[in-house]
Amino acid sequence: MKDSVIKLNPVSMMKNPVMGIVEIVTLITSLIVLGDLYSGKSFSYDGQITCWLWFTIIFANFAEALAEGQGRAQAESLKKNRSEAFAKKLHADGSSERIPALQLRKGDIVIVEDGDPVPGDGDVVEGAALIDESAITGESAPVIREAGGDRCGVTGGTRVLSGTIKVKITTNPGETFLDQMIAMVEGAKRQKTPNEKALNILLIGLTVTFIVVVITLKYFAGYMNVIVGISTLIALLVCLMPTTIGGLLPAIGIAGMDRLLRHNFIATSGRAVEAAGDVDVVLMDKTGTITLGNRVATDFLPADESDKKTLVNAALLSSLADETPEGRSIVILAKEQLGVRGRDIRAPEGAIFFPFSADKRMSGINWNGHKIMKGSSAAIHDFVISNNGRVSEKIQKITADVSREGSTPLLVAEDDKVLGVIRLKDVLKEGIKGRISQLGQMGIKSVMITGDNPLTAATIAAEAGIDDFVAEAKPDIKLDLIRKYQSKGHLVAMIGDGTNDAPALAQADVAVAMNAGTQAAREAANIVDLDSNPTKLLDIVEIGKQILITRGSLTTFSVANDVAKYFAIIPAIFVTQYPNLSVLNIMNLSSANSAVLSAVIFNAIIIPMLIPLALRGVRYKPATASTLLRRNLLIYGLGGLVVPFAGIKLIDLIISSLGLV
Amino acid sequence: MIITDLIPVLVLPCVLTVLAIFLGEYMAKVFNGERTLLTPLLNSPEQFLYKIFGVNKNDEMSWKTYSWAFIVFNIIGIVALFLLQILQGFLPFNPQKLGPVHWDIALNTAISFVTNTNWQAYSGEQTMSYLTQMMGLTVQNFLSAAVGIAPAIALIRGFARKETSTLGNFWVDLTRSIIYILLPLTLIWSLVFVSQGVVQTLHPQIDALTLEGQKQIISVGPVASQEAIKQLGTNGGGFFNANSSHPFENPTPLTDFMAVLGLLLIPAALPFTFGAMLKNRRQGWAIYASMLMLFIIGVGLIIGTEVQGNPLLEKIGVMGGVNMEGKEVRCGIINSVLFAQSTTATSCGAVNSMHDSLMPLSGLILIFNIAIGEVIFGGVGTGLISMLAYAVLTMFIAGLMIGRTPEFIGKKLESFEMVMSIIIILSPALLLLVLSSIAISTQAGLSSLNNMGSHGLSEILYAYASTAGNNGSAFGGLNAGTLFYTLTTSLAMLVGRFSTVIPALAIAGFLATKKIVPAGIATFPTTGVLFIVMLVSVVVIVGALTFFPVLTLGPFIEHLQIFAGKAF
Repeated sequence: MKDSVIKLNPVSMMKNPVMGIVEIVTLITSLIVLGDLYSGKSFSYDGQITCWLWFTIIFANFAEALAEGQGRAQAESLKKNRSEAFAKKLHADGSSERIPALQLRKGDIVIVEDGDPVPGDGDVVEGAALIDESAITGESAPVIREAGGDRCGVTGGTRVLSGTIKVKITTNPGETFLDQMIAMVEGAKRQKTPNEKALNILLIGLTVTFIVVVITLKYFAGYMNVIVGISTLIALLVCLMPTTIGGLLPAIGIAGMDRLLRHNFIATSGRAVEAAGDVDVVLMDKTGTITLGNRVATDFLPADESDKKTLVNAALLSSLADETPEGRSIVILAKEQLGVRGRDIRAPEGAIFFPFSADKRMSGINWNGHKIMKGSSAAIHDFVISNNGRVSEKIQKITADVSREGSTPLLVAEDDKVLGVIRLKDVLKEGIKGRISQLGQMGIKSVMITGDNPLTAATIAAEAGIDDFVAEAKPDIKLDLIRKYQSKGHLVAMIGDGTNDAPALAQADVAVAMNAGTQAAREAANIVDLDSNPTKLLDIVEIGKQILITRGSLTTFSVANDVAKYFAIIPAIFVTQYPNLSVLNIMNLSSANSAVLSAVIFNAIIIPMLIPLALRGVRYKPATASTLLRRNLLIYGLGGLVVPFAGIKLIDLIISSLGLV
Repeated sequence: MIITDLIPVLVLPCVLTVLAIFLGEYMAKVFNGERTLLTPLLNSPEQFLYKIFGVNKNDEMSWKTYSWAFIVFNIIGIVALFLLQILQGFLPFNPQKLGPVHWDIALNTAISFVTNTNWQAYSGEQTMSYLTQMMGLTVQNFLSAAVGIAPAIALIRGFARKETSTLGNFWVDLTRSIIYILLPLTLIWSLVFVSQGVVQTLHPQIDALTLEGQKQIISVGPVASQEAIKQLGTNGGGFFNANSSHPFENPTPLTDFMAVLGLLLIPAALPFTFGAMLKNRRQGWAIYASMLMLFIIGVGLIIGTEVQGNPLLEKIGVMGGVNMEGKEVRCGIINSVLFAQSTTATSCGAVNSMHDSLMPLSGLILIFNIAIGEVIFGGVGTGLISMLAYAVLTMFIAGLMIGRTPEFIGKKLESFEMVMSIIIILSPALLLLVLSSIAISTQAGLSSLNNMGSHGLSEILYAYASTAGNNGSAFGGLNAGTLFYTLTTSLAMLVGRFSTVIPALAIAGFLATKKIVPAGIATFPTTGVLFIVMLVSVVVIVGALTFFPVLTLGPFIEHLQIFAGKAF
């Protein structure tokens, strides 16, 4: 509330031209009231109008202050985590020194040990640790961050639960993503987005029009022998000007950024958020985004249908020494099918294990002189043949079938005989299918990028409902792909985490980096997802669209309101001289003064009444453009036409019964 | 009213639509430089003109170069026409020995004819020599129309092209407009007019002896050809002072119909040219449908008001209060109204009835037609330009409401496009308000009024609407020949023309450099009914918000008073 008064400073008001002009004309009416006071004239009417004009401005400022306050509160709590932290800075000679986190500079190396807060944004350069990121993401499950690879990024304000890591600091204090976000929601560094500017031009155009209309009206009225008071003219001007949208416009933008923060995104520019509403192509990695990341055993397909149990047993035994995720998934599936649980499975005595190795592409066990092996189709082929056996036609057929369905076949053999096939399959992440179909409904094409062969890729794509895929992709294909889509006029969003994603992220229109990703990726992106959950792109798109829809709807509402205000004020001004004009007084307002005042009051109080809508945003449901437009036109266009008639009439009843006019 | 009276109202839209489609497609071919039916005949004159003027037809221009060409060409036109009037006393073809035209009238007339307004602050036969008429005014009837078509074509190219900085060649577009479009159409229309008895002769005036034995001078001249280009080029400056109500200009129902059809034809065809050049014909249809919708609403409203009649006339004994004042009995109410609606909807300005004498609410609609920026078909070229500016505005709002940064036909709309569209839409409207308010509150402005009260206000409003909208028709009842009015209307005409064309070229230049965003299910289809309804609503709402107060004070109060039994 205090802020909304501080913001009355004319210099800061002119940043918002519509409300700036309202302030100027309100100053004029205030002077008139002062003049009335001085000369002892009745100032009841002018005074009330002036009061409500001031309220109009304060309400608008209040909306902005409220939005800023919400964002600031959230940002403040994030900031607190970090500002008090100390860091153990590592010197070149290996000694460490305890300094306040705020003194860290880019390139410093710090040691973070059990229980320490991470002092700043950076990359893990040595070691691995379990980190609690709940302060930033709200997610209570701790995450692992380790040197090398794509999971090396740590964020200031998080806490190491166990482990010791060396972190290379990558941002100076005040330049971290968090700082940028705080600056944006506080409005200090907030710049108008291109769309906001364009809308402002429209609003200025309308304002200029109404200024001309009102000033010329004075002369037309003079010719028609009607003298219109300055206060009434100013009241008419302010009512006609798009003050509703003009007053709420900054709040809509700030609230949008704030909503983004609440979804655990940090955006480095408002532009990216607006662009998100336009995105029509999304590039996604298969692994980690669409699928869980590792293939999982889903089926045992025995060579001899009657002897499935032998196959399952053999698969289990041969996989005991396979520590890869695929191997473990076989053990889990086998246990499930055999009905054993927990640690019941023990290696039989006297068995010799052959652990899985990448070059042999097999694992297995030697027990009682029998070798039970499991591995890739080619490896088991060789193994069986070396034992003077052969792979039966049936097995070959099963293998081919499994491959054709886009899964990976693993063969299980005992000495010279292939027992059957294990089907390894990519498993979709939970809920991914629904999210991708929602993307489709929004008109966004999803493109999957994978290193898999085309067959596998096609299977996953079909299963997840992906529109298009690129198989056997090399890392640099993403950049080319983005350029290709952009040259056709598409707006491309891309989600990435690895360092090799950075060029593509930099090229994409909306680039979302996982917070857990490498620093390079985070710097190239314009939005960082603190939850590191790739499917959340949808939320960004929705927030982007919501901001635009809210702006458009309130503009329509604001302009539609003018019709009712004309019908209130114009007959009021002229009805004394031209009683016939009372046919235009369709609201049947009680008196001329009451009509003007009611319109001004309506114009003022509609702003606080719409603040919740501005902060929350107009609800958005994926639908075709025409459906959306029809609905919003109906609510905000037609509604904007009808509501003020009722509102002004109601206010007129109230103020005339209170005897204010 | 007889039902047969309504036939032209019903037939006109059908005939107009069919002809507009053909002409629109033809114009698209002409401006794309493709081969047309007339190419074998007209190609060599075209090439010859390029040769003498040193034009390389493959020289593409940026929007700035195109604008400069437009401005330079217009300035030369104004200066030449001005000098021609000032010097006409020393020049040949001046049998009446007319002296130089007064400088302010000369300036006003020069601007008027170059800007396709054809506002006439002078009385033709008493002011202009034959040479001035032929070399000046008639030439400008062609040039000003062609110079309006060219920027519209450049704007279309701005939408159709992608990632280029050029919009075509002004001189080529100008030449092709004249040779391939205006001349052939004028020929056809002239022949139809001549066949119907419109005068076409170089013979001097005829001296006749009336039944009473009085001598009567009957003016004749090459009327049919000028009549044709007057309508087709939405010029409106008639050969006779009585314009299209004169029996030698407009002798039969067919010529009346052809006159209305002619003034609507090119503006109505341009949306189809737009669709064809965009290779998105449905888009052309949508723009056309919006214009037609506004047109038909207007016709309906005026017919309603005129048929209702004037209660004051009824009181003094006119049956049904039918208001025939200012209307030709030959034409009757419906044809007069149809003509009036057409001439104000387009920026033609020819008249077959006196608008001053229409019912107040009819006058209100006519002023509204002009004041919203001449978008109901509009002037040749400028009508499409202004309608597209409204479409940009509409799509800006629509885009926001569907949650996308705004776009229209695949082009993103940003601050620059908004600024320019708003200038196109608002500057004539605001200028007309400002000038009218000056005129209404100064002695210089008021002294020209013959009627006071609401009607006087309507007259002044109409004068500035007509000039700022480059329409050129006069409401009447106002002496526009005073220094105050010649200068202020000159300003209105200049601003009206240039504030439409130059921003349009700027938009075209910016749009041409942009990519075309492919349409998806999240893009709002701009070819459907919803778009048409929204565009029409935006046009009406912008107009209503701007003119509600002043139209209430002018025509509306007059209407209320007439029905309350008062006259001015």
